[in-house]
Amino acid sequence: MKLVLETKNINKHFRKPNDFHVLKDISFRIKKGEFTSIMGKSGSGKSTLLYILSTMDTDYTGELYLNGQLVTGKPHEELSTIRNKHIGFVFQFHYLLSEFSVLENVMLPAKKLAEKSHVEIEYGAMEKLEMLHIGHLANQRASRISGGEKQRVAIARALINNPSILMCDEPTGNLDSHNSENVFNIFKRLKEEEGLSLLVVTHDEDFAKRTDRIIQMEDGRIIS
Amino acid sequence: MINWKVILNIAKTHLMTKMKSTVTAALGVTFGIGAYITLVSFMTGLNEMLDSLILNQTPHIHLYNEIKPTEQQPISLYDEFKNSVHIVHSIKPKQSQKKIHNALPILNYLKNNKKVKGATPQLRTQIFYLSGSIELGGNLVGIDIMEETRISNMRDYIIGGSPEALKNAENGILLGSGLAAKMSLTVGDRVQISTVRGDVFPLKIVGIYQSGIADIDNIQSFANLKTVQRILGEAQNYITDINIKLFAIEKAPTIAQNLASQFKVTATDINQANAQFETGSNIRNLITYAVSITLLIVAGFGIYNILNMLIYEKMKDIAILKATGFSGRDVQLIFMSQAMIIGAIGGILGLIIGYGLSRLIDNVAFETEALPTITTYPISYNIAYYVIGITFALLSTFVAGWLPSNKAKRIDPVRIIRGT
Ligand SMILES: Nc1ncnc2c1ncn2[C@@H]1O[C@H](COP(=O)(O)OP(=O)(O)O)[C@@H](O)[C@H]1O
Ligand SMILES: [Mg+2]
Repeated sequence: MKLVLETKNINKHFRKPNDFHVLKDISFRIKKGEFTSIMGKSGSGKSTLLYILSTMDTDYTGELYLNGQLVTGKPHEELSTIRNKHIGFVFQFHYLLSEFSVLENVMLPAKKLAEKSHVEIEYGAMEKLEMLHIGHLANQRASRISGGEKQRVAIARALINNPSILMCDEPTGNLDSHNSENVFNIFKRLKEEEGLSLLVVTHDEDFAKRTDRIIQMEDGRIIS
Repeated sequence: MINWKVILNIAKTHLMTKMKSTVTAALGVTFGIGAYITLVSFMTGLNEMLDSLILNQTPHIHLYNEIKPTEQQPISLYDEFKNSVHIVHSIKPKQSQKKIHNALPILNYLKNNKKVKGATPQLRTQIFYLSGSIELGGNLVGIDIMEETRISNMRDYIIGGSPEALKNAENGILLGSGLAAKMSLTVGDRVQISTVRGDVFPLKIVGIYQSGIADIDNIQSFANLKTVQRILGEAQNYITDINIKLFAIEKAPTIAQNLASQFKVTATDINQANAQFETGSNIRNLITYAVSITLLIVAGFGIYNILNMLIYEKMKDIAILKATGFSGRDVQLIFMSQAMIIGAIGGILGLIIGYGLSRLIDNVAFETEALPTITTYPISYNIAYYVIGITFALLSTFVAGWLPSNKAKRIDPVRIIRGT
């Protein structure tokens, strides 16, 4: 089966305030359509790893492949394009641009990609919002909706360019059990219906157990 | 590939939600540019007015015969005394005349010269004005009145009567306004003049001449060249001065030199006569630009501050944009666009306000005897100032926007997203 993501011996140090080997020999693969979760104690390096995988952090050694292509060492401009086109990212704190409407927030990455017309982009964005049951919020200001809704808007935004992989850093960390369940079901459906690959950092054992595979991290290493 | 539509859309949204800061920043630019346009239009208007005042009254080249001792005295021509010290007391100019030696051929030569716009002969002489028991010393200048009015703005300074009246009058005189006042004479009256030799002639006043400079108006009058020649009992070729107007004023020094050596006359050019004059213009320009640049620097700091604040507030937005695929350059362009939009709007507004103020000043009454044709403050409308103004505005906002936007470009999204 095709690999969507592969890492080879990724190591990272924080040099300040003192040298700290935060990621140690991280090597793993994620197949296309796989729903993977990463678990580990707080401080074990999960977020740090996710930032590297999402190409935002380039200060590491080792190799990172996306869709079989080496992305390590590419210039920043190109990495931006890769993020735009191939990677969806959902943060723990559902950051939205508060001055823009929900719909505009979702449309923005697609407008940047500029592969489709405005009408097509708007149609696609509405589709994503409706799939996440928040179509009725489209014209609300992003600052005016609840936390659970914001998280779903963030997911819609991450999906707008039909990425190869969706990465989430504790997407349910700030949500109640009802909303968490909701988010999990959305992910499950995306995997099953659209064949989306997912990599989700979570503290929620129940959540993780229901994914295809759990990567356990401890002190910057993958232990299982 | 830069996606301007998205970038401008984000920039616009930022500006709209921060309307107050946007307006403040734009007004700063408006103020700077408005002041620049007003100042430069007014100062240049003044400069041009003063320039034309001087330039129109002063010939580009003035030819005359200066009375001075011969440079090559006989003793220095004599070889035997070559190595000796020459001591000759009381050297005097050779008996000579004020007349330009071959004035008519020179005039002819000048009239056929393509670089010369016009050359007018003059005959200056000392006379006395007699009016009843009053006897005033002064000058009478014989001129070719129609040629004078063609190449200078002399017509503007004739406040009663007309140049044509002088031309058509056999024994007409354009009396200096100071003289007219002293002797209580007006147009149509007669005035007696007496030459240095004592011959008395009656002349009819056909006009009053007022240069605005009292020292001139109190002594000088004009009459036709032929009239003055007749009064002096001289021939038609008796001419003491030739005034020359050129098509290109810059050529004055070289042409003056050529004429001096070719015709053995003294030739002064306008640049010699008006060397100090440039200084005044330069200082006015200096003031204009110093004030405008100061205002624009202040405006630039305003923009710099506002953008810095905005970027600080928008850290998270910048991180999200970068995380979702906007490059550092895109982010920089978003903030640069904001600076440039502020600069453009503020600048255009400044041009409009500057134009408005110029029109206002242009309509304020300003009257002075020295400038009979001027009734309101002078303003120079020149499209170049408006081009410079908007360029100034864009340039200063570009510089002010550069540092903050460059900072935004380099923001590391990971640090913001982590929250450290
Ligand atoms: N900028 C940084 N400089 C130094 N140490 C850091 C920095 N960011 C994170 N760390 C440290 O790296 C470790 C891993 O952090 P992180 O990846 O956020 O852990 P997790 O997401 O698993 O809780 C932690 O010990 C944290 O204190
Ligand atoms: Mg974390």
